[in-house]
Amino acid sequence: MLTQANTQNIHDICHLDDLVINSGVCALVDGMQVAIFTVSTGQETLYFAISNWDPIGQANVLYRGIVGTLKEKIVVASPLYKEHYDLASGNCIERDDVKVQTFPVHIENDRVLIEI
Amino acid sequence: MNHSSQQHIVVIGNGMVGHHFVEQLVNSEYNCRITVLSGESRLAYDRVYLSSYFSGKTAEDLALTDEKTYQDWGVEAVTNAWVTDIDRDSKVVTTKDGNTYSYDKLVLATGSYPFVPPIPGNDQPHCLVYRTIEDLEAISASAQQSKIGVVVGGGLLGLEAANALKQAGLETHVVEFAPQLMAVQLDPMGGDLLKQKIEALGVTVHTQKATEVIEKGQHSRYRMKFADGSHLETDLVLFSAGIRPSDQLAKEFGLVIGERGGIVIDNQCKTSDNDIYAIGECALWEKRIYGLVAPGYAMARAAVADISGNEGAFTGADMSTKLKLMGVEVGSIGDAHVRTPGAQVYTYHDQPAGVYKKLVVDANRSLVLGAVLIGDTSDYDTLLQYSLNGIALPESPQALILPSSGDAPLLGADALGDTATICSCHNVSKGDIVGAIDGGCCSLGDVKSSTKASTGCGGCAALLKNIVDSELEKRGVEVSKAICEHFDFTRQELYHLIQVGGIKSFDELLEKHGTGLGCDICKPAAGSIFASVWNDYVLARQHQPLQDTNDTYLGNMQKDGTYSIVPRVAGGEITPDKLILLGEVAKKYNLYTKITGGQRIDLFGARVEQLPAIWQALVEGGFETGHAYAKALRTVKSCVGSTWCRYGVQDSVTKAIDLENRYKGLRAPHKIKFAVSGCTRECAEAQGKDIGVIATENGWNLYVCGNGGMKPRHADLFATDLDDETLVKYIDRVLMFYAKTADRLQRTSVWMENLEGGLDYLKSVVIDDALGICDELEAQMQLITDSYQCEWKTTIESPEALKRFRQFVNSDEKDSNIQFVSEREQIRPATNAEKYAAGKAIPVAIV
Repeated sequence: MLTQANTQNIHDICHLDDLVINSGVCALVDGMQVAIFTVSTGQETLYFAISNWDPIGQANVLYRGIVGTLKEKIVVASPLYKEHYDLASGNCIERDDVKVQTFPVHIENDRVLIEI
Repeated sequence: MNHSSQQHIVVIGNGMVGHHFVEQLVNSEYNCRITVLSGESRLAYDRVYLSSYFSGKTAEDLALTDEKTYQDWGVEAVTNAWVTDIDRDSKVVTTKDGNTYSYDKLVLATGSYPFVPPIPGNDQPHCLVYRTIEDLEAISASAQQSKIGVVVGGGLLGLEAANALKQAGLETHVVEFAPQLMAVQLDPMGGDLLKQKIEALGVTVHTQKATEVIEKGQHSRYRMKFADGSHLETDLVLFSAGIRPSDQLAKEFGLVIGERGGIVIDNQCKTSDNDIYAIGECALWEKRIYGLVAPGYAMARAAVADISGNEGAFTGADMSTKLKLMGVEVGSIGDAHVRTPGAQVYTYHDQPAGVYKKLVVDANRSLVLGAVLIGDTSDYDTLLQYSLNGIALPESPQALILPSSGDAPLLGADALGDTATICSCHNVSKGDIVGAIDGGCCSLGDVKSSTKASTGCGGCAALLKNIVDSELEKRGVEVSKAICEHFDFTRQELYHLIQVGGIKSFDELLEKHGTGLGCDICKPAAGSIFASVWNDYVLARQHQPLQDTNDTYLGNMQKDGTYSIVPRVAGGEITPDKLILLGEVAKKYNLYTKITGGQRIDLFGARVEQLPAIWQALVEGGFETGHAYAKALRTVKSCVGSTWCRYGVQDSVTKAIDLENRYKGLRAPHKIKFAVSGCTRECAEAQGKDIGVIATENGWNLYVCGNGGMKPRHADLFATDLDDETLVKYIDRVLMFYAKTADRLQRTSVWMENLEGGLDYLKSVVIDDALGICDELEAQMQLITDSYQCEWKTTIESPEALKRFRQFVNSDEKDSNIQFVSEREQIRPATNAEKYAAGKAIPVAIV
């Protein structure tokens, strides 16, 4: 039951207050697990959504990782084996051949929307 | 194995030098067969640290090798193999039980025996020598029936032996024939100051005493009568008046022997027989016997080189020494007695501080010839390098021994040439170290294991570190202590900044001292420091994003994303009702149960959304969090102790429970484990723990900084016979000092080894309050203890905190990837193959 790439939809996930600043939560969207992160840079608040599946650890855990920066990139560290994923691109910093899917996040009227 | 083409090397004797020979020969990869014949009942052990036997080290601790190692090397090692015959013509040796061994090359490493002066009465019971572990066992047995002990001989070994007697609890005397102590290494001034210092430590020194007879005593077992008419009563006499080479075999079978003993050898360590070598204290080179281990090792290397067809020679050895005798620092380099014609002397004497330094230079004041250092040997390494490597002296040589005024010309690592010997025990030059770094070593530890530098006496440790740091820096390896890219500080510095600056949140810390947004290195480290300093609830809103997932969910994440739960079972004592509750909870939530190594019960397979309900049940049943997920105090293991055990001398279970309750919740740079044993049989394995407590008749012995795991280390004996109050006080101080100063993820063992001065320094901080911080450390620990809270209990009472315990923010569904199968009547995570077979493999978007 792979998700269809061409049926892009906007999904209303939760209230903004359900998110945790500088950390992640997980949403179930069309049978798919999406990790949503909120990152405060001091000046602005950024939102990211990536697949919750840790392709190296083989478990649905990425939302429980620690977020931070490596050089200029905003990343999450897998809680299993500590690889870092660039939240903007989904690229694994330590492994060129590994990448996780990313999704656009929209905030409208204090609701969190994910585009899949 | 093809014996015919292989040379057979037979080594007689397995002391330190004999063992070094075998090790070097194996490492040379020369194609040969090696047989070791040891007259002793055990294989090689460390005689340099023999007196540590009395401070708690065992024969195993002192061992340099074992049968397994020799087997792995393909070396045949025979113990109790006393050689009685050498047939030099047919090249066969015979042992006392009639076994014969033919050899191509024979190596005599028979060592030496203690010289016992020919004094009437020297052969009575309780008249002993100090050389082997068996000797130590005899001394230990005799000491138990004695009050007073006398060492005959005030040389280096004699003072070591006196230290052993003192540690065995005897009133200790040293009797020396010469007018001063350590007459070989020290000048009269140095010898005199050493005497004063040793007497201040409670050992009475009698110089210029020639013992005439040892006869029955009036108050003690014996009376020693001296030539000057005086006498001394004692229960035990220990002879340590020098050594004599064990050259009987060589003498009996016709090898050339020196006038006063010793097997004559050439620069290749060959004896008068072309196929027989002699090395170590049995050998006589240029009419000299070398009674130190480093020259013996040098001989072993020369012999290995010759046998394996390489170049190498023994051309004499430096007899400089640096040591600590009963805590008194003593150093002697080269020409300490100013025998070189034209030599000039600088001296520095600080009588109030008990420091004496003498520097001997050549007539041109350009080279160091020798030195004597008493009370402060911090200049030893530098002076030795000047002396060994012929480095030109600075304009004012006296600056080298004057107290540091900040401008003393330090001999930097870069001033040394590549040929400069850094480690004389293993003959490692600066060039070898540079080569190791070029070969890929990028830390002090790498260099040590690759070159063996600083793994002998350890005297060159500081210098080696300087060289390694300097060389790494030259190669652009930043020897940065910064914790990560966001903070240019060590963990210790961050701790200080947080405490002194009153910083209570990560944002504030980052704003004041860091850059970027932090990462998975600095965030948990800061969270741990906040907990150590302020002991806030770890899931307080501002700390929550700092924690590793284990701390966030107060459980240990397993490979499938589920958690395991370990409730605290203090001291390993648990009631039947609590056992039943654990069973009931495990059954209700279908958890896998396993007994841990720390005497607790681990419950596996809890989904994140199940955790609050599980804790609710456990907390209601009286359980607390066990902190198994945290870098914090884990368990205090105990044996059953005097309450039940026939052998126990103290109530180890109560002590373990009290300690666990005192320190539970303490966050630290790494996990901390304790154990308490109720007697010396040590069933709780306390010597393998960060903090080990072992009951004695009089109180508790405290061991510190041991661990199991990847690199096991025995704990060091820290203090003995402590009462309850002092025990807690010392543990408070050790742990808080560790929490304050250790690096991130540094266990106590590595932390202590990296403290400059190691165990002795830690003792001075904790026992003698050398830094004047003990009150502060205790107060900080009291704060932590007083503000303890069970994090599970706090969490289940907080609706805000509970919000995080769900897999999905928008659904009550479960994570379909978590699947179990049954094995031995319990669950275990399903493998991928099993998930596919069950048709339950979840769709995963692949990009």
